Order: sequence, then structure tokens, then C-alpha cells
Amino acid sequence: MTTDTLIRVENLKKHFGDLEALRGVSLEITKGEVLVIIGPSGSGKSTLLRCLNLLELPTAGKILFEGQDIAAPKVNINAYRMKMGMVFQQFNLFPHMTVLKNMTIAPIRLLKKTREEAEEKAMALLKRVGLSDRADAYPSQLSGGQKQRIAIVRALCMDPDVMLFDEPTSALDPEMVGEVLEVMRELALEGRTMAVVTHEMGFAREVGTSLLFMDQGQIVEKGKPADLFDHPQNPRTREFLSKVL
Amino acid sequence: MAGWFDLVRVKFIADFVKDNRWRYIVNGLGVTLEVTVFAVLIGIVLGFLVASIRSAHEKTGKLKLANAVCKAYLTVVRGTPVLVQLLIIYFVIFGSMPVNKVIVAIIAFGINSGAYVAEIVRSGILSVDPGQMEAGRSLGFNYMGTMRFIVMPQALKNVLPALGNELIVLLKETSVSGYIALQDLTKGGDIIRGRTYDAFMPLVAVALIYLAIVVGLSKCVALLERRLRSSDH
Ligand SMILES: Nc1ncnc2c1ncn2[C@@H]1O[C@H](COP(=O)(O)OP(=O)(O)O)[C@@H](O)[C@H]1O
Ligand SMILES: [Mg+2]
Repeated sequence: MTTDTLIRVENLKKHFGDLEALRGVSLEITKGEVLVIIGPSGSGKSTLLRCLNLLELPTAGKILFEGQDIAAPKVNINAYRMKMGMVFQQFNLFPHMTVLKNMTIAPIRLLKKTREEAEEKAMALLKRVGLSDRADAYPSQLSGGQKQRIAIVRALCMDPDVMLFDEPTSALDPEMVGEVLEVMRELALEGRTMAVVTHEMGFAREVGTSLLFMDQGQIVEKGKPADLFDHPQNPRTREFLSKVL
Repeated sequence: MAGWFDLVRVKFIADFVKDNRWRYIVNGLGVTLEVTVFAVLIGIVLGFLVASIRSAHEKTGKLKLANAVCKAYLTVVRGTPVLVQLLIIYFVIFGSMPVNKVIVAIIAFGINSGAYVAEIVRSGILSVDPGQMEAGRSLGFNYMGTMRFIVMPQALKNVLPALGNELIVLLKETSVSGYIALQDLTKGGDIIRGRTYDAFMPLVAVALIYLAIVVGLSKCVALLERRLRSSDH
């Protein structure tokens, strides 16, 4: 393990009753890497991502965050979750709070920032994603693309070391996909560490620094996006790509 | 016709004016409102506590003992008539103590109401999208923090009308307070009936007062419901 390794997953297994959603997954996420995860529906992509910040408790295996096994008992998982921003397919903004409150509640309550500090940072981030004028709006007044951009900057307000994206554009109308991918592309250019589950193959090829293909709870193939897209080695990868490309 | 009016007038004077008998109604109403308001406050505190414990147990598996206590409480309170609970609390639990009957009634109806409020709040918690809990946890809030800042405010909004209805039910249920000789509104009317041997006027007066309060409260609940539905936040 190099010092550049942020997250290291060893032989991760997750069972839901009899169903084996993850059957021994191992991977490494290095700092600054954009890891893109693709695969058919039900292959365990979301489960893998959700295990990384323990929204799902692994059945077996290790998750090392900066060398520390966070799946071990007695670890304060809340402290680690602050370092991992998560963006959901369904946005999950807090409907009873304004955009600004959505973005500042965690920094104020958890990082003990003052309101001024938190709001200053939030406004700067809103400006970057072109939504300064929506600071006082409620989520129900936003379009899907705006909601997801807010969800991304809400996570960024915590200054996370890694951002986890679970199909961030899958619930969006097609015309709004671009604006969200653009924000993600900028984050990647900035050198943010990201793990992204997506069906946007163009994004995967252009922005991803490495690509994982998952099927039936296992990593079938991994490599550089261009290599994997142009020269898939495994027949299952080939079959999947032939359907989506 | 004139004779009928005279009869009504005479009865009215006997029922409400003579010996200041209207005071039985007014004081009784005061007691009824006092018991209802404080009981519902106790009910809300108890209900939130029980609902929080039950939900936390379901989600995290912790608080086993507290959850068992809550379940027993819900079963007993919802499985027995409120009048029996009132009688037991007055005659058995406070049996030998000199105690203010208003306070006994507040405690009894508060404990009773708590069980119903708990189920209302629990349904409110369940009605909040599980994604909200996940979003809160993913930001680093612990379970309690996520409940407090993110889930509960939404749950409360969802159940506000149901809580209003619980207040209405409770108001009517306090009418059995006479069984522990507490002079609430119902008992006040009944005392007048005993004095004047006229049942019609005092009891109808009592009924009309309940009706007016309930209709008024129902209007408020309906208004609240409409307000809440028209705003998503
Ligand atoms: N909470 C859960 N309970 C039971 N089964 C689940 C749960 N979450 C996911 N699964 C199952 O685990 C498998 C992998 O799901 P998921 O990780 O969501 O796949 P993907 O994100 O790749 O579509 C699927 O068969 C799914 O039905
Ligand atoms: Mg998924």
C-alpha cells in the first residue's frame, strides 16, 4: 500500500439474507483518482459504494481508510463519514430547509463552524455551480439538475477527502444530465478523489482515471477507461459494453 | 305559545341563574380545558419519547429494555378503557394520598394520550423518505442528530393534523372525570340536573359547549392540513 492510497477494500462481502450482493471485492482508491464503476443493474455497484461509508454494514472483509479499518467494531464511523461526501441518485435534499440551510447545517453542527464562515463557503460554492440566486429557495422549487448540483455542493461544504456518486444523473431528465456532469468534470480536474457509479459512458471514458466493470457482486475487469472500452478482455465485459455503447 | 316561553324562562332561571348555577358550567369548562391541555402536553412529551425509542430500536437494535417497556406501556394503555385507567390511578395508585383531582386527571389522561401520540409520531417517522436518514448519516450526523435536525421536523409536519385530532378525542374523553368526583364540564351539568331535576337544559348546554369547541378545533385542523399541503416546506 502506497502513501497515496486513500481507501483500500479487501475481500469485501455483503449478504442480504441468502443473496450475495458482494462476493469478495478488493480495490484501491488513490488520492486524486476518479474511479468509475459500471455494470448491469443489480450487480452490486450501489452496495459497494454504500459499504464504503458504512450505510451498509459489510458481512465480511476490510475497508481501510487512510490505513484505518473503519468496518471494525468500536470505530467512530461518523467522523469518517464527514470525510466522505455522498451524492445519491434521488438527491435527498432536506425539503424543510432552504438551499443555504441544506448546505450549512452539517458544517455548523458537526465541524462547529460559525454561521458566517459556513455561509460564506456555501455561497462561494453556489457561485461556482451558477446557483447563487437560489440560496433562499426550497428544494421543491428547483429543477432536478439544480437539485443534484446543490446535493454535490452540500457534500463539498464538509471538505471531504473523497466524493462518492451513486448514479447521480440517472433520475434526471436528459436535458439536465449535462449540467451535473459538467460540475463533476470540474471537480475531477481540480484533483478531487472520486468514486462514481454511472451509466454515462462518455463521462467514464473522458473523466475517469480508472474503470471497474462489475457483474454479479464481483469485479470482472478493471483498467484504464480507454483500454477497457476499446479492448475488453472478458466476454461479460464485451457483452455489457456492446449493449450500452 | 306564551306559556311555553314562560316555562323555558323559569327553567332557565332555575338551571343557570339561581344560586349562580351557571358557575358549575363555567368552572367545569375551565377544569375540562385545563385537564385537556396539560394532558395533551404530557401526551406529546411521552409520545415523542416512546416513538423515538421504538424507532431507534428498530433501526439500530439498541435500547432493548427501553423498547420492551415502551411496548408493554402501549399494549396496556391501548388495551384497557381510559375510565378504568383513571379509576386505577386515582383509587389504587394515589389511593391513600390527599391529592388534587385535577392533577390526577391530567396524569391519567396524559399517560393515556401518550400511547396514541406515540403511534401517530411513529407513523410520521415512517412516512419520511429513508433517503433523508441516509443523507443525514452520510454527512456525518449520528442517529440522534439526524432524527433531531432532519427526520423529526418532517415527521412532525406530517402528523400535525393527526395530533390535532388526538386533542379533540382527548377533550371528549375527559368527560368521564366525574367518576373520580372531579367537577369538569360534564359533571357540572350533571350537578345542575341533580339540583333542579331538569335534565334537558343543563345537559344540552354541556353538549353544545363540547360541540362548539370540537367544531372550532376541527376547523383549525382542516385549515392546518390545507396549509401544510399547499407548502412543501
Ligand atoms: N437493502 C437490501 N435488501 C435486500 N437486497 C438488497 C438490498 N440492497 C440491494 N439488494 C440486492 O443486492 C443486489 C445488488 O444491488 P445494488 O447494489 O443496488 O445493485 P446496482 O446498484 O448495481 O444496481 C441486488 O440483487 C439487490 O436486489
Ligand atoms: Mg444502484
